[in-house]
Amino acid sequence: MGNLSLFLQHLTNGISLGSLYALIAIGYTMVYGILRLINFAHGDIFMLGVYLTYFGILYTAIPWWLMFIIGPALTGVVGLLLERVAYKPLRDSPRITILISAIGASFLLQNLGIVLFGGRPRAFPVPHILNHVVKVRGVSINVITFIIPVVTILLLIGLNYFITKTKTGMAMRALSRDYETASLMGIDINRIISVTFFMGSFLAAVGGIMWGARYPQLMPLMGVMPGLKSFIAAVVGGIGNIAGAVAGGFLLGLGEIMLVALLPRLTGYRDAFAFVVLIIILLFKPAGLMGSTQTEKV
Amino acid sequence: MRDKRRTDLIALAALVCTVVVLLLANRYLDDYKIRIINLSGIYVTLGLSMNLINGFTGLFSLGHAGFMAVGAYTVALLTMPIPMKEMNFFFQPIVPWLANVEVGFLPALLAAGLISAFLGVLIGAPVLRLRDDYLAIATLGFAEIIRVVFTNTQSLTNGALGLKGIPNYTNTWWSWGVAFFTIWFVSFLIRGSYGKAFMAIREDEVAAEAMGINLFKHKVLSFAFASFFAGIAGGLLASLLGTIDPNMFRITLTFNILLIVVLGGLGRIAGTVVAAVIVTVMMEALRFLDESINLGFIQLKGIPGMRMVVFSIILILVVLLRKEGLFTRLKGRESSYAEN
Amino acid sequence: MLKIENLTMKFGGVVACSSFNAEVKRGQIVGLIGPNGAGKTTVFNVITGVYKPTEGQITFSPREGEQHRLVGLKPDRIAQLGICRTFQNIRLFGQLSVLDNIFIGNHLRLRSNVFSSVLRLPGYTAEEREIYEKSMYLLEKIGLQDFRNEKASSLPYGMQRRLEMARALATNPKLLLLDEPAAGMNPQETNELIGFIQEIKEEFDLTIFLIEHHMEVIMEISEKIYVLDHGVLIAEGSPGEVQRNEKVIEAYLGVG
Repeated sequence: MGNLSLFLQHLTNGISLGSLYALIAIGYTMVYGILRLINFAHGDIFMLGVYLTYFGILYTAIPWWLMFIIGPALTGVVGLLLERVAYKPLRDSPRITILISAIGASFLLQNLGIVLFGGRPRAFPVPHILNHVVKVRGVSINVITFIIPVVTILLLIGLNYFITKTKTGMAMRALSRDYETASLMGIDINRIISVTFFMGSFLAAVGGIMWGARYPQLMPLMGVMPGLKSFIAAVVGGIGNIAGAVAGGFLLGLGEIMLVALLPRLTGYRDAFAFVVLIIILLFKPAGLMGSTQTEKV
Repeated sequence: MRDKRRTDLIALAALVCTVVVLLLANRYLDDYKIRIINLSGIYVTLGLSMNLINGFTGLFSLGHAGFMAVGAYTVALLTMPIPMKEMNFFFQPIVPWLANVEVGFLPALLAAGLISAFLGVLIGAPVLRLRDDYLAIATLGFAEIIRVVFTNTQSLTNGALGLKGIPNYTNTWWSWGVAFFTIWFVSFLIRGSYGKAFMAIREDEVAAEAMGINLFKHKVLSFAFASFFAGIAGGLLASLLGTIDPNMFRITLTFNILLIVVLGGLGRIAGTVVAAVIVTVMMEALRFLDESINLGFIQLKGIPGMRMVVFSIILILVVLLRKEGLFTRLKGRESSYAEN
Repeated sequence: MLKIENLTMKFGGVVACSSFNAEVKRGQIVGLIGPNGAGKTTVFNVITGVYKPTEGQITFSPREGEQHRLVGLKPDRIAQLGICRTFQNIRLFGQLSVLDNIFIGNHLRLRSNVFSSVLRLPGYTAEEREIYEKSMYLLEKIGLQDFRNEKASSLPYGMQRRLEMARALATNPKLLLLDEPAAGMNPQETNELIGFIQEIKEEFDLTIFLIEHHMEVIMEISEKIYVLDHGVLIAEGSPGEVQRNEKVIEAYLGVG
């Protein structure tokens, strides 16, 4: 196998990992844009999405392709309920309080996962059609690595339509730009926030399913690392900015794969890569690559 | 002024009581219970250390597990007998400058605190400029980086294999001695001008800066003290357990400390001490939730993870219902004319 | 004492203040007035280092023969040089006691280091006693000695304003910037305030630069007044001159 084909293989791997980070990062960035809150539990919502779909496929008669829609929808509802229970009552509290609540929610979901699903890893039932190796000019690639970016792009197009063309989407952007003014203009804030949480969780769950198809090992703590890294992707791209989150996701996914591919000696440091990027970005461009700096009003 | 004297008297009484309890405990309790007492003392130190940054200075830091790891490894590597080091590092020999070092517990603990504080300053200098939530994620990131680095530096930390056979110097006098030192230090710090400056930063950064308080200097100072105590507590823990590995120092550990701080009340010293003891004891007492126990006539099946579910729910409930922490008297709603 | 030259401050495309020149002489009380949104508070924020101006120069001379360029300095450094302020929307340390608020105002002049404060070394305790006495003196001056253990946020509005001024005085400023000290006060309180400002000016040897909407305050105590409208200086002079100025009348009545 030539160097070029090896490189192409790494590239496709990087792109598909980047797509997954991007999908999860959108949820962080949308919530942060409106509520200025790091939803620490978002990574665990991602985990929940995979498990819900897993149990749906295994224990109901619903066909897998339908379950790939129902699972994320259910996850979206969980995300929405989470906001209602753990965040909404604290909306006017100091930020530290709501952050603590978010961390508590994250641990609750993780440990509920351990209680309900068991700590042992489970294998995700990937339909064969999504999971077989094809050879393209001597490069063996799993179909799923192609499917992931394609699905991601389709979802992004849909999301873009939603936030630029629909009334709810525009209200969402207004809230994110100027919470106070928008709330005075008669926008139903509670409804918009619920929709935001539903959509963020839905996208994370779709990402989760594809993650399960790509790395078919389910564990209750599987959301922690992808969650943290996707959050970093959102910060790198400029938090609150959806395009930024996508760019950050791809950057991080590609970077991580390429680091391991090009510098195999650093393989052990793979999980530290994202954090190093985060700290560099925060120091030199704290608003992220696509964010704008805001001056605090005194 | 009279209030301060009263608090001092109460603190003195508590000190005397603790000494008596420890004397009795060492005499009559079994090893398992002594271990819980040790852990309580260590968590008192940890809780106060986190409360200093998060509660008093108002900076949301989640880096405690990382600083504890630094302290734990420092004490382990400095106190471990030389032959034991050779046994541990069978995979790859230890770096030469550590191979023949063996020092006493006190110098090792001090080294743990100082190295951790130094690292705190190094890390704090860049990230303390960040706003609260960014700071949380950056400090969490640093803790993760420390863990990953420790997993990979085979000849320094023995990597994922961890270290075994760390001498058990930690006893109740050490753990509670350090706890009382921390209580004293944090109380006196907070009572003085510097502590008040920390709280001013928590209340309003813009106003604090306008009053001539150098935000950066004071934040780094608070962070360094907190890292110092976290490092020492990590060292005590290593010496108590005798075995450490990088995976012990995950964010779950930080979560436990955060639980103590929130339960005890942000910016409250006595509350933190009580919460540390209660949480530590409950962590052990609720172990039955996770494990099966045989009562002779009936077999109770535990569910792994249930214990942490209970703690997570407690944390959320406290945040939702009792923001002041569990141990503060509810005062009448104070009239506030300042809403603007 | 304070010289502002050619000060311009832009936020994105919005010009909050443009080519503003002003001078505050030692021992004066100088007023800064203008309709809402004229950029008055922006001027204060630039002087105290909260914002960095787009253009312009500010020089401060706390003593004869001593000059400091303020642009680029951090707010805490500027406070240490001897400029302290109050805020339009009151920024006290709400959860801390009234006494502690003033106590903290003294922190920037503290000489002892943190370890001598924890160990309560004699040097520190002597300093602390001094600070305590000075703080109590300031509390009595504003008539809040009986409230010293109350939470600052629990005080009524007028008291909070006074507390903020006392906190600023605790920093030993040479130049005091007051941002709408009479806001929300009734005529009697306003009268008391005028007396109070004149009193502290004499006692602490202050120079005062103040923003105010209550014309009776500004006209009574200022020696010189600058008038801003939409970020531009439209008039300056003695109270009498400013009152007769056509542009000022227009700006306030909204004619034209």
